[in-house]
Amino acid sequence: MSTLAVHDHEVAHHGDDHGHHHKATFLNTYVFSQDHKMIAKQFLITGIIMAVIAMILSILFRIQLAYPDKAFPLMETLLGRFAPGGRLDSNFYLALVTIHGTIMVFFVLTAGLSGTFANLLIPLQLGVRDMASPFMNMLSYWLFLIASIVMLSSFMVQKGPASGGWTIYPPLSALPKAMPGSGMGMTLWLTSMVLFIASQLMGGINYVSTILNMRTKGMDLWKMPLTVWALFLTAVLGVLAFPVLVAGVVLLVFDRSFGTSFYLSDIVLNGSQVQPYEGGSPILFQHLFWFLGHPEVYIVIMPAMGISSEVMSVNSRKPIFGYHAMVYSLIGITVLSFIVWGHHMFVTGMNPFLGGVFMITTLIIAVPSAVKTFNWLATLWRGNIRFSAAMLFAIGMVSFFISGGLTGIFLGNATLDINLHDTYFVVAHFHLVMGSAAIFGMLAGVYHWFPKMYGRLMNEKLGYLHFWLTFIGAYLVFFPMHFMGLDGVPRRYYAFTEFESMKQWLSVNTFVTWAAIISALAQVAFLYNFFHSIFFGEKATQNPWEANTLEWTTPVERIHGNWPGEIPSVYRWPYDYSKPGAEEDFIPQTVPLSQTMSSNLPHDFEDNPAGLEAHAKWVNTQKSNEEVK
Amino acid sequence: MAQLTEDKLDLAPKKFNMWIFIFTSFMFFAALSSGFIVYSGGTGHGINAKMPQAFILSTIIILVSSGTMYMASKAAKGLQFDKQRLYLWLTIGLGVAFFFSQLYSWYVLVSKMGIYFSNPNASQSFIYVFTGMHLLHIIAGLLLLANTLYRSYRNTPQVKNLYNMQMSSIFWHFIDIIWIYLYVFLLLNQY
Repeated sequence: MSTLAVHDHEVAHHGDDHGHHHKATFLNTYVFSQDHKMIAKQFLITGIIMAVIAMILSILFRIQLAYPDKAFPLMETLLGRFAPGGRLDSNFYLALVTIHGTIMVFFVLTAGLSGTFANLLIPLQLGVRDMASPFMNMLSYWLFLIASIVMLSSFMVQKGPASGGWTIYPPLSALPKAMPGSGMGMTLWLTSMVLFIASQLMGGINYVSTILNMRTKGMDLWKMPLTVWALFLTAVLGVLAFPVLVAGVVLLVFDRSFGTSFYLSDIVLNGSQVQPYEGGSPILFQHLFWFLGHPEVYIVIMPAMGISSEVMSVNSRKPIFGYHAMVYSLIGITVLSFIVWGHHMFVTGMNPFLGGVFMITTLIIAVPSAVKTFNWLATLWRGNIRFSAAMLFAIGMVSFFISGGLTGIFLGNATLDINLHDTYFVVAHFHLVMGSAAIFGMLAGVYHWFPKMYGRLMNEKLGYLHFWLTFIGAYLVFFPMHFMGLDGVPRRYYAFTEFESMKQWLSVNTFVTWAAIISALAQVAFLYNFFHSIFFGEKATQNPWEANTLEWTTPVERIHGNWPGEIPSVYRWPYDYSKPGAEEDFIPQTVPLSQTMSSNLPHDFEDNPAGLEAHAKWVNTQKSNEEVK
Repeated sequence: MAQLTEDKLDLAPKKFNMWIFIFTSFMFFAALSSGFIVYSGGTGHGINAKMPQAFILSTIIILVSSGTMYMASKAAKGLQFDKQRLYLWLTIGLGVAFFFSQLYSWYVLVSKMGIYFSNPNASQSFIYVFTGMHLLHIIAGLLLLANTLYRSYRNTPQVKNLYNMQMSSIFWHFIDIIWIYLYVFLLLNQY
């Protein structure tokens, strides 16, 4: 009873006199904060820092690819033993591609993207004061930060970071002596990933639980914005897939440190040292890895899809085309993502029949993906488009998703994959479809929800500059790679000059590198815009984009608990834009149907006979009034 | 009233968190046993040994502990706190006994049967992986139980007490079921 009374008090006066209960100190506001909005910002800024680091790594290996025989004394100054004589060490080159991939896939596009927008948007768009367990949420961020630091610390160890590729296939990763990066660097990689997975599971569990249990009054599942649907299914994917990677990693750790032979068999090191391992199966690791790895690419792209859907609907001033189809296609992608992992393993000697099965399931994914693409384009069709920076990035996301997705149909073919496997064609494919597309979705979200994070707007002009340079730059970087791949050029090769067949691509590599440098420089516009706008941006109004969703009903001041007083109830779906008969071209979700009689449609009262009757009555009165006139 | 207080404290979503965690845990063990199937199917290596008798003892212990856990929950619901504590103590005791029974099984495996963890036949190493990973869960379960017990001695409101009980009993029954799954799985794959 006493608990009830105390808590009731807190809820009733949330926001009014919050400081009265917990003293807000610098430490619990900005550092060990349990407020979902602050945690979202922590994820975002950490994600941005990691993205910049991973981008610099990519520029380093791009320089190596463009000028394999040239020495850059500056490189030695900066990297020391990793670039002896100003030329990148070949082992360090492999470490660069490995860590670039790991950071981008996991730390930026999983934690940076889901972590930011799930934390920010789930409570705000569903009308919740905070996550199911704010403490676990805080823990999730801190584990992520520690994982990031451990990952980066591998640059400080003697033999350099892990370098067996972001997929860390054994035996290369299982034998500490196999290559320099497989020693301490690999250990740190595994430690970091275990921490990272713990962080993601804590976050994901919270997201799912919050969405299923804590929605405000009236917010049934079919009234949720597509962002929340996407983040929900992403969290479900993570919760189901990440434990499988843990299992794979645990066995790998045993192979590395305890002398087991899960993945190891018939190993001879340096041509003479026969290793005692026998009977292991390296393919087993690939199964365990890709059972996570494939859902992982949807963990990366689905939040971007959700964000783009929302941003495009708001800025087209039109309801999203095919809301239900959008949700069902997300569900379809979620389910299918668990039965396609074999398409990463077509050339492992897999039974051709099994390959055929995986091929079919893989190609079926084209269906929900195409549904989504069609719906995005149909949303744009004849809309009153506002080309805000966020909108441009959302359109860019669709563009990359189409051009990258098409090559997925080639790669999903078991027979074509024999030629294309591990070539630059694959690199081009996933950098467009999950790399660029997901980054663009993330940037669209940053530009769109910046006011909800910092109460200010980002500069639109700089946003346009950032968009066009990045958009054109990314295509110039990745499009030529398709042709290299078709010519059979393999990924991860250190110097094209060493191979007669690859020499002709050196000029293309130089071109790609310069395009990459220009698009990297374009990010300075974003970084300046982002950090400058936090402090000096134009002050935002409560609903700057005239959007319908609940987050725009919260005060600009962004208080703990989100809404002063009662949480608003929800009466309609989030996409009532440009509804015929309405006074304005948007009707927020909090406006009851009784206040918008002139724009109501019989369709709005599907499960509501009383409402339908009132609606019919109102229509009849209107008609008779017309007749009197 | 209890329901209302539970809602105000957001306890239902927190309990839901536990259920989702159980899903993740389930996926982890599913991955390990699938890994076993892929490994032994692909390489032709099987366990090729009978499971030690001590596993039967462990199974009985953990089954009984599930019973005492149930009794503790029932006592907590009936406001019989002395009984609740007694059964919690019993459950913890049985959990510890299970732990040592598993360690004894490892001892039997190593010294009597010559089945080592570090082994060219990874099917046999998998026995240790299954039981070891399960023991980690047992430790987590014991910590949860100890927390519930500790709080039941403090002046904890009944709604929190029931919540603690539910959290620990969901988890404890789950790791009980997981052990039975693993044991049956091992028995089916002995040869």
